[in-house]
Amino acid sequence: MIDVNNVSMRFNLATEKTESLKEYVVKLLTGKLMFDEFYALKNVSFHVDRGESVGILGANGSGKSTLLKVISGIYPPSSGTVSVNGAIAPLIELGAGFDPDLTARENVYLNGAVMGFQKEFVEDRYDEIVAFSELANFMDVPIKNFSSGMTARLGFSIATLVHPDILIVDEVLGVGDAAFQKKCESKMDELRQNGTTMLFVSHSVEQVEKVCTKAIWLKRGELVMSGTSKKVCAAYDEWGKTHSAFE
Amino acid sequence: MVITWVEKIYRYRWLLQQLVNRDLKVKYKRSYLGYLWSLLNPLLMMFVVSLVFSHVFRFEIENFALYLLCGQVMFNFFSESTSMAMNSILQNAGLIKKVYVPKYILPLAKVCSSFVNLLWSLLAVLIMFLVYRIPFYVTTPLAIIPLIYVFLISYGVGLFMSVLATYFRDMVHLYGVFLQALMYLTPLFYPADILPDKILLLVKCNPMYHIVTYFRDVALYGNFPSLRDNLVCILFCALSLLLGGYVFRKYQKNFLLYI
Repeated sequence: MIDVNNVSMRFNLATEKTESLKEYVVKLLTGKLMFDEFYALKNVSFHVDRGESVGILGANGSGKSTLLKVISGIYPPSSGTVSVNGAIAPLIELGAGFDPDLTARENVYLNGAVMGFQKEFVEDRYDEIVAFSELANFMDVPIKNFSSGMTARLGFSIATLVHPDILIVDEVLGVGDAAFQKKCESKMDELRQNGTTMLFVSHSVEQVEKVCTKAIWLKRGELVMSGTSKKVCAAYDEWGKTHSAFE
Repeated sequence: MVITWVEKIYRYRWLLQQLVNRDLKVKYKRSYLGYLWSLLNPLLMMFVVSLVFSHVFRFEIENFALYLLCGQVMFNFFSESTSMAMNSILQNAGLIKKVYVPKYILPLAKVCSSFVNLLWSLLAVLIMFLVYRIPFYVTTPLAIIPLIYVFLISYGVGLFMSVLATYFRDMVHLYGVFLQALMYLTPLFYPADILPDKILLLVKCNPMYHIVTYFRDVALYGNFPSLRDNLVCILFCALSLLLGGYVFRKYQKNFLLYI
């Protein structure tokens, strides 16, 4: 389903960001156009089968989000290959691609389109999306007047109700209230039982252990460990007690 | 390469439609007249400019107001669509950082939504044609050809400018000056034959000169376009699309690092 093969992601960590032409020319002429190379991911390989749910563990800045972005096709990897079979619903951020000036209704359609779906497909699921988000009374309100919790509800509803083959969840469940979080968790359970492949990033080790069958652990862009979520979570927990993020 | 582009546009056709809808909705949000502005704007501009030129500078042009309006509507489309396309990548930074979308669809959506505005403006042109009793020529339906040309040229230029603007923000400001210069190099409110040869040569390097002349010829004067007119326009379309497409394809993968 998802095959990540020797993927590296290199960023040029510009010491000073060059954004104007003048600066660029000046730096080019004075020979100061230098970059520090920074590897956000180093030779990461792993494989996910259909219906598996994989937790991604790691401290801040260890490359978790970069990995998700490479898998969802947002970043092209600097080296290595990624192959993905199936439609991805990336929840890198809830409500990515919402336009604040448009109403919730218009945003449902826009968001569906952004995920590459066709009109009829989203229209069929529209009522379900509204019902799940419990926002029926607010569908004609521009999103800019929504609270972050309401936006999160709408975003989650869209991403899960289109029945994606692959669901990518990046620490997004923290925004909703307790009742909605519960609803989300049971929705994710349901999706998993129906064979949706899931990639799940969270700092809560317990959550990963509960939700995922497998887990991988990233440390400064390198894959430290992969295996059953129980094994990886235990090892990560142990390491976390004695280390901090950028060591 | 071209085939995968077309395939992706087909796959994301609904996204394109949604993006265009969004632009149109946001543009006239909270204005009372809404889309009517696309129709009123060129009429009011024509009124102001023709007032100025019929009193201050006088050129011997028959139906000056229409001569002006035809040119202005076409040039405005070019300048609006390319400026919007130029900003499209920066403006949609939030989107392309979070979700995968084929990026060249963003400038395309801007050019398309400008094109919808152009259609409204053409309605204004049509109304003025009726007011001035311009006959319906055999060539009038041919007016669709320069529209296609100007669409393609604008898309190519828009692709090119969106790359430049993403890498160098200064271009956003510089492009306004460029457009101003280009406007004076397009015979919008003066007849092309008053130009000295040297300048005329320069003007002929400006694709908008050919587009505007073509449009006036078929719609306003009822002249058949020559094969040469068409070839020149096609050449400009091809140049613009090839250059824009090549540059965009080459540099799009690093966009994320600059927005």
